[in-house]
Amino acid sequence: MAHQSTYEPKTAFTRWMDSRLPVIRMAYDNLLDFPTPRNLNYMWTFGGILAFCLFVQIVTGIVLAMHYAADTSVAFDSIEHLMRNVNYGWLIRYTHAVGASMFFFAVYLHIFRGLYYGSYKPPREILWILGVLIFLAMMATAFMGYSLVWGQMSFWAVTVITNLFSSLDSVVSGLGTGIVQWIWGGFAVNDATLNRLFSLHYLLPFVIAGLVGLHIWALHVTGNNNPTGVPLRDPKTEALPFHPYFTAKDGFAIAVFGLIFAYFVFYMPNYLGHADNYVEANPLQTPPHIVPEWYFLPFYAILRAIPSKLGGVIAMFGAIVVLFFIPWLDTARERSTRYRPIYKYFFWLLVVTCLALGYLGAKPPEGGYLVAGRIFTAYYFIHFLIVMPVIGIIETPKSRPQSIADSILGGGNSSQPAVAAAEKR
Amino acid sequence: MSKILSMRNFRTSTLGAALLLVTAYASPSFAAGEAVEIPRQEWTFSGMTGYFDKAQLRRGYQVYQNVCAVCHGMRQLYYRNLSEPGGPEFSDARVKDIASQAQVTDGPDDNGEMFTRSGTPADKFVLPYPNEKAAAAAMGGAVPPDLSLMAKARAPAHAHAWYTEPYFWMVDIVTGYQEGGADYLYALLTGYADEPPAGIDVLPGLYYNEAFPGHQIAMPSPLADGFITYEDGTEETVANYSKDVTAFMMWAAEPKLEERKKMGLTVMIYLGIFAILMYLSKRALWRKVPH
Repeated sequence: MAHQSTYEPKTAFTRWMDSRLPVIRMAYDNLLDFPTPRNLNYMWTFGGILAFCLFVQIVTGIVLAMHYAADTSVAFDSIEHLMRNVNYGWLIRYTHAVGASMFFFAVYLHIFRGLYYGSYKPPREILWILGVLIFLAMMATAFMGYSLVWGQMSFWAVTVITNLFSSLDSVVSGLGTGIVQWIWGGFAVNDATLNRLFSLHYLLPFVIAGLVGLHIWALHVTGNNNPTGVPLRDPKTEALPFHPYFTAKDGFAIAVFGLIFAYFVFYMPNYLGHADNYVEANPLQTPPHIVPEWYFLPFYAILRAIPSKLGGVIAMFGAIVVLFFIPWLDTARERSTRYRPIYKYFFWLLVVTCLALGYLGAKPPEGGYLVAGRIFTAYYFIHFLIVMPVIGIIETPKSRPQSIADSILGGGNSSQPAVAAAEKR
Repeated sequence: MSKILSMRNFRTSTLGAALLLVTAYASPSFAAGEAVEIPRQEWTFSGMTGYFDKAQLRRGYQVYQNVCAVCHGMRQLYYRNLSEPGGPEFSDARVKDIASQAQVTDGPDDNGEMFTRSGTPADKFVLPYPNEKAAAAAMGGAVPPDLSLMAKARAPAHAHAWYTEPYFWMVDIVTGYQEGGADYLYALLTGYADEPPAGIDVLPGLYYNEAFPGHQIAMPSPLADGFITYEDGTEETVANYSKDVTAFMMWAAEPKLEERKKMGLTVMIYLGIFAILMYLSKRALWRKVPH
């Protein structure tokens, strides 16, 4: 780890452990002592919130798997059995279903936090890339988990999304079809498909957990970014140990997040889902309107904005692939958008674009919706491929604090530490 | 061989393309502008303190049992559910009586024969048809859907303008609106007209309904004033029947609703206090350090 370990084993047992397997030292250095910038705002609490979400999903998911039967003839009913006849089964299941939405809600805020404050810029490129990999694994996991319900929307979402691969037929004849049949384990979405989706849905969260471990490792090598984007220079005046300062702060944020979470679990458990998924899957009846879960809608809008099947698929995956290259697409020297007078407008335009794409993903792609979908899809890519590199070069950043200490003590641009002001707080 | 393969490829990719087309270009059968606005009803089970009116659920069961159950099953329910807390809460004796009137196919017995016996509270609701094929055959092709989850399986479309829609979503979230399915079922059951509006040709075998998407439904109007005799003096109107049976369907779809909402209040209060304590500890810690 990047920072000097200050752990001193105090007992004979901890000394014995420390010279054999220093896990206590590792936990102390990373969970208790880790120097964290003092000036982090509440947008930095989403890391802790996301760890909480992953924990909730894994715990509830393991219990759900004890009651779930991955067999197309009974899958739907096994969930209803859990909801009705198992003690607190409804609580476990609604927590897991709402939890998925909460997880994405938090991860989107976490990603936009990173984008706003330039958290992907050197030396945090790998930290960022690991984050994008986690996001990708989350999407795969959520998609597979949704299919397990085996309602109408589950079944048709699986059918449509797996069928996307058949677009490869236009590249190599038969390639796409071959891949789709390989994924399905048959000539249509069937029992074999459901079983592999269940298996992978159970596997991937542990892959995510592993990636989260690497994400935190990378974070603890480079240290946290902070709202000023200025590197941490003097941990003594500019940072605080993670515990108790940030455990308390993150704990407060998790409690508030928990309130929103609980509101949905107990009062609106089905609001974020789709009514059609309370109808058992029926391969002979296509629902009039197939829509993914809300957190996939922006990508769904991009898929449908392109008037060619293969093109749409490429654009949809491209929308995620482009995220991997952001550390090199952003040419600005300044990390934080706070001190970027031109880019900040484009940042908020990107936020509006993503919200608009989410809205349009839920609408039929016709008339004005389709035109808007195409315009926003175009801007999504223009933002990363043109705006980021160009603005970074032409923009003159505003003056910023010379150090975190400056920003904490003096505020503004002064390099004189204004101790009096700090004491007033 | 190659011919077969290419045929198969053709078929699958056509299927794929067709599916994508369906996905990409299907609009709901009531596209923008045509959406039927489903009026919102007052329900005892709405909101944070929602509960089921037991008397209403009992009347609703009576309507279900005497009218709906002729064609529609509720395969997720057991007779015992009728006496469980948070539901109609019939007495155990009453439930035994209700269950015993059903003929349950059981077996095989020691001779390998299936046999019928009268039901017990531990039995699932006996379904009107042995399977979907039998239902389709009896109903001229239209299978009457199972009603166990119906109150959660329908969501009315709204005719809001696109720029006001996000606002209405927020209103629904803040007010905890989860009764779209119930509102729709009530509108459907009360949405029959003796004569379709001028200019609408109803296909043979279908009936005009104001709330049903496309307005042509295979189910004839199931209710009429005075059709069922209520024991508790409630007025015997289509509106009351519809409301009661809708409430019953909501309970059937969400039998743990009362337990859930009660626990929710406890959890929210607990988390609220926890959040305040966490905030105070955070503030006490951070007050001493400039940040």
